Amino acid sequence: MTVRKNQAALTAAEKRRFVSAVHELKRSGRYDTFVTTHNAFIMSDRDDAERVGHRSPSFLPWHRRFLLDFERALQSVDTDVTLPYWDWTADRTPRSSLWAPDFLGGTGRSRDGRVMDGPFARSGGRWTISVRVDGRDFLRRNLGAGGRSLPTRAEVDSVLAMDTYDMAPWNSGSDGFRNHLEGWRGVNLHNRVHVWVGGQMATGVSPNDPVFWLHHAFIDKLWADWQARHPDSPYLPGGGTADVVDLDETMRPWNDVTPADMLDHTPFYTYDTDAASS
Amino acid sequence: MSGITRRRALGTVAAAAGTAAAAPVLAAAAPALAAGPAPTRSGPAGHDPASFDEVYRGRRIQGHPSGGGHHGGHAGHSGHAGHSGYTVLIDGEELHVMQNADGTWISVITHYDPVPSPHAAARAAVVELQGSPLVPLVTA
Repeated sequence: MTVRKNQAALTAAEKRRFVSAVHELKRSGRYDTFVTTHNAFIMSDRDDAERVGHRSPSFLPWHRRFLLDFERALQSVDTDVTLPYWDWTADRTPRSSLWAPDFLGGTGRSRDGRVMDGPFARSGGRWTISVRVDGRDFLRRNLGAGGRSLPTRAEVDSVLAMDTYDMAPWNSGSDGFRNHLEGWRGVNLHNRVHVWVGGQMATGVSPNDPVFWLHHAFIDKLWADWQARHPDSPYLPGGGTADVVDLDETMRPWNDVTPADMLDHTPFYTYDTDAASS
Repeated sequence: MSGITRRRALGTVAAAAGTAAAAPVLAAAAPALAAGPAPTRSGPAGHDPASFDEVYRGRRIQGHPSGGGHHGGHAGHSGHAGHSGYTVLIDGEELHVMQNADGTWISVITHYDPVPSPHAAARAAVVELQGSPLVPLVTA
């Protein structure tokens, strides 16, 4: 059974195998198809038109399925690898072990943002940014640039306290849990973390940085935590909503999976905290 | 709230010119600077998406309403004027921009960080690009 663990608790061997599996997906070309898919959705999801991956209720089930696809790809390389999550309320500085050379590597140098250490530095020869919107083919980061701070646990708790999943107009202007977690409104959780990392993570091709998966695995966990706190709050909308994926409508690009299929994560994986919290 | 002031922008260029590391960047940007018209003031960035055309940190940035709403079709996923009803160019290459429900703007370069206007989004993209050319989505 797949157990997703806090990245801070991974052993050296677990980190090494995760990195190796990511490298292998990159080498084979499979990794970049995930980047391309994400960018296609982020550019086409619009507040006033059809929206699936972002700025809409299906932001959470879409990314849950997207991460499942990626995790299954990793497991096709190494069956023991699972997606770790990054609790950025706890590991909130560039000195976190997440950014050490034996895992994701650190921030970029000041001149051009280029990441200089770790398994994803351009100089290592295994991480060329192929799917890109500008001329730069090296991974970039600017962790905490401009004195930005990651969200705090109290800010996360304020969002987890919201008891309505989502609200009309079902976009970046909505009130409710989903949009506050996504970050277009209020204290800003998910979006702010992308901006804090900087580099490709702040762009439409954000999955170019492997931290994308660890960030979204934690966002996914927060959805599960929210469900545990609000067992009577359903996914919304329930049906008949133009341009928006209702509970039982299929989601692109898979066209065979609905938000309803994604509500319970436990058929697919559990979290290292699940037993303790139930 | 209007983003980066003109004084700060000019100061940044001056500061960049003072470092040897920035020299290739400035050299690459020079043709755009030379070929472009005199910078035009387009007013402070605000909620009204007015046209603009200026040289910002050595890059020519332009923006104008493009009309057509999003009736232009979805022939692909790279930047389209028709998507936002507003076109932004950096040194002649289109920057994909999008307006949020609250009137703020983002671009594909700064997709998670809304700013008040397409002009501010263009300037934010220039800062983020650090002299690198904008290109249509490269997938290989």
